Amino acid sequence: MRPERPQPTVLLELYRTMLLIRRFEERVYFLFLEGEIPGTLHQCQGQEAVATGVCDALEAGDWITSTHRPHGHALAKGVSPRAAMAELYGKETGCCRGRGGSMHLGDPDVGMLPAIAIVGGGNTVVTGLGLAFKLGRTGQVAACFFGEGATNEGAFHEGLNFAAVQQLPVVFVCENNLYGASTPWERVSLVPSVAARAGAYGVTAQVVDGMDVVAVRRAASTAVAAARAGQGPTLLECATYRFVGHSRSDARGYRSRVEEDEWRLRDPIVGLRHQLLEEGAADEAAFDAVGGEVDAVLDDAVEFARSSPDPDPAELLADAYA
Amino acid sequence: MPTPETPRGTRRLTIAEALREAVAEEMRRDESVFLIGEDIGIEGGFGGAFGVYLGLTDEFGHERIVDTPISEKAIAGAAVGAALMGFRPIADMQYSDFLFECMDELVNQAAKMRLMSGGRLSVPLVMRAPVGASVRGAQHGQSPESYFAHVPGLKVVCVSDAYHAKGLLKSAVRDDNPVLFFEHKLLYGTKGREQAGGLDLTAEVPEEEYLFPIGQAVVKRAGGDVTLVATHVSLYRCLAVADELSAAAGIECEVIDPLTLLPLDTETLWASVRKTGRLVIVHEDTLTGGWGAEVAARAADECLYALEAPIKRVAALDVPIPYAPVLEQAVVPSVERIETAVREVCA
Ligand SMILES: Cc1ncc(C[n+]2csc(CCOP(=O)(O)OP(=O)(O)O)c2C)c(N)n1
Repeated sequence: MRPERPQPTVLLELYRTMLLIRRFEERVYFLFLEGEIPGTLHQCQGQEAVATGVCDALEAGDWITSTHRPHGHALAKGVSPRAAMAELYGKETGCCRGRGGSMHLGDPDVGMLPAIAIVGGGNTVVTGLGLAFKLGRTGQVAACFFGEGATNEGAFHEGLNFAAVQQLPVVFVCENNLYGASTPWERVSLVPSVAARAGAYGVTAQVVDGMDVVAVRRAASTAVAAARAGQGPTLLECATYRFVGHSRSDARGYRSRVEEDEWRLRDPIVGLRHQLLEEGAADEAAFDAVGGEVDAVLDDAVEFARSSPDPDPAELLADAYA
Repeated sequence: MPTPETPRGTRRLTIAEALREAVAEEMRRDESVFLIGEDIGIEGGFGGAFGVYLGLTDEFGHERIVDTPISEKAIAGAAVGAALMGFRPIADMQYSDFLFECMDELVNQAAKMRLMSGGRLSVPLVMRAPVGASVRGAQHGQSPESYFAHVPGLKVVCVSDAYHAKGLLKSAVRDDNPVLFFEHKLLYGTKGREQAGGLDLTAEVPEEEYLFPIGQAVVKRAGGDVTLVATHVSLYRCLAVADELSAAAGIECEVIDPLTLLPLDTETLWASVRKTGRLVIVHEDTLTGGWGAEVAARAADECLYALEAPIKRVAALDVPIPYAPVLEQAVVPSVERIETAVREVCA
């Protein structure tokens, strides 16, 4: 059975989300270099299809956990660009009131925990979300994003097994971008695929083309439906690539430019654009309109962040306890 | 502090360079020394999160520079196991915040094997870990040294300059006990990050080999009015306050870098307190239960009658490290907060 292709309006919306993430990241990088955004950055250019496809398969009431590389997950789950940008600026109007920062973006109102910057940290916490949904019979689902590097943490294995034996409504989404910081996956795993590890815990797993947003969305929809139906967790391994360095100061000496160029040819945004043009589902004017709209949203977000107030240190001591 | 002339037989090195030299010298000297950690020896990689190991694979190869998966429990566990079998691993945590991933290996295994074996086994490992707030948020900015200073069987070292970093790392490698070795993120480099006050962070380091003993404090600046005890970036803030107060108020601070928190060099500390009669302890670890509390308690116990004023602690506020620079700066001990405390005890 050939799965149905989503409606053109849906596809254009997926395109818009991916473009928003890409251009958000490009702006942020520039603003970081300009010294406007402090701290450090882990960016997701190239991986937009995973965040976008998975979050589109979730309902508004579902939750996600994220990682040190959370900008795309946040925007795809519906954190407002204003609140995300203001958070990176460390402003009171940010989604975590300037307390969290780049590595902890999140917003409970849209079902996203503050991102967890401890590698593998989300993989156990997500089981608690799933347990709560199961015990509360709420029908909600929790999705957990993590990199292939995280699958070498004990937390990955404990979380997966626990979710399996408890049949929790959880979807584990591995973004296999081939490198954990500078470390190539094949140097730290004799098993070539993360999905293969799921078998050890009796969990269904699927390898997905993480550069194809439609494929990601399709696989995620199946996994989410199974989770919601009480059939337990699925592991999705999304094959993807980060076009940029691990963090802001990474010269990427551990991988070849040839490899990078090959992956860039599979740019998920360009790919979807070509498909839509070929199918006649959208024309250049439609893409221009989306691009203009995204730019306007980001102009507004940057302006909002710039003009927002700093947090007040006097309130700080109240922040640690409920 | 920069001096116009560098004495013969020394060079000025950064902490990162000094640590690299210490590692290389110990690996040359002793075949049983090896490195283990994440992203430490990958070709074209980072040489560790802060570049301390850059270039070392050229000399020592990949067998003695063990690149691991992202598996802190395995790093610490393997270090413990190899140490039990007679090796001397130098293990690497990219950020000290990740030590919580391997508390069991460090606290239940490394620290206890000596006693549990009736003294028949020892665990000569070093675990290096960077601490400190640097606008990376709550999970990459802690200063967790006090957790470890609470554990019998561990030694805890905090280095603040290149000379002592090198001498102490070499001693740590040769020590037969597990040593937690804490460095501050803002103190590795040359230029001196703005957040560290734009300091010159190089120090004179002799060409010839030397060791600096674990368990010995150093007096960084002599003074008769008040004793300041501080580590890492806080130490430099104390030195700035000392200069300021000397010029502005005629208050002479004696500034001490304890260097080792466990075991603590109380001899050096109390000699100073007996001279000045006043004690201020400064650290970037949080206040409640921080190592400053231990120093204060022991000072009250061992030299209370020398004190002319209450003991003061200036520490990070009791909150997780927030991201926004204005908040982060409000949390960590500032020059202003240190100065206020010193003025108070000297009033
Ligand atoms: C427990 C822990 N160990 C190490 C790190 C440092 N670190 C941050 S990201 C990273 C690589 C993560 O790789 P992966 O999980 O594949 O995610 P990616 O960066 O590729 O998105 C490392 C080692 C960390 N944040 N937490």
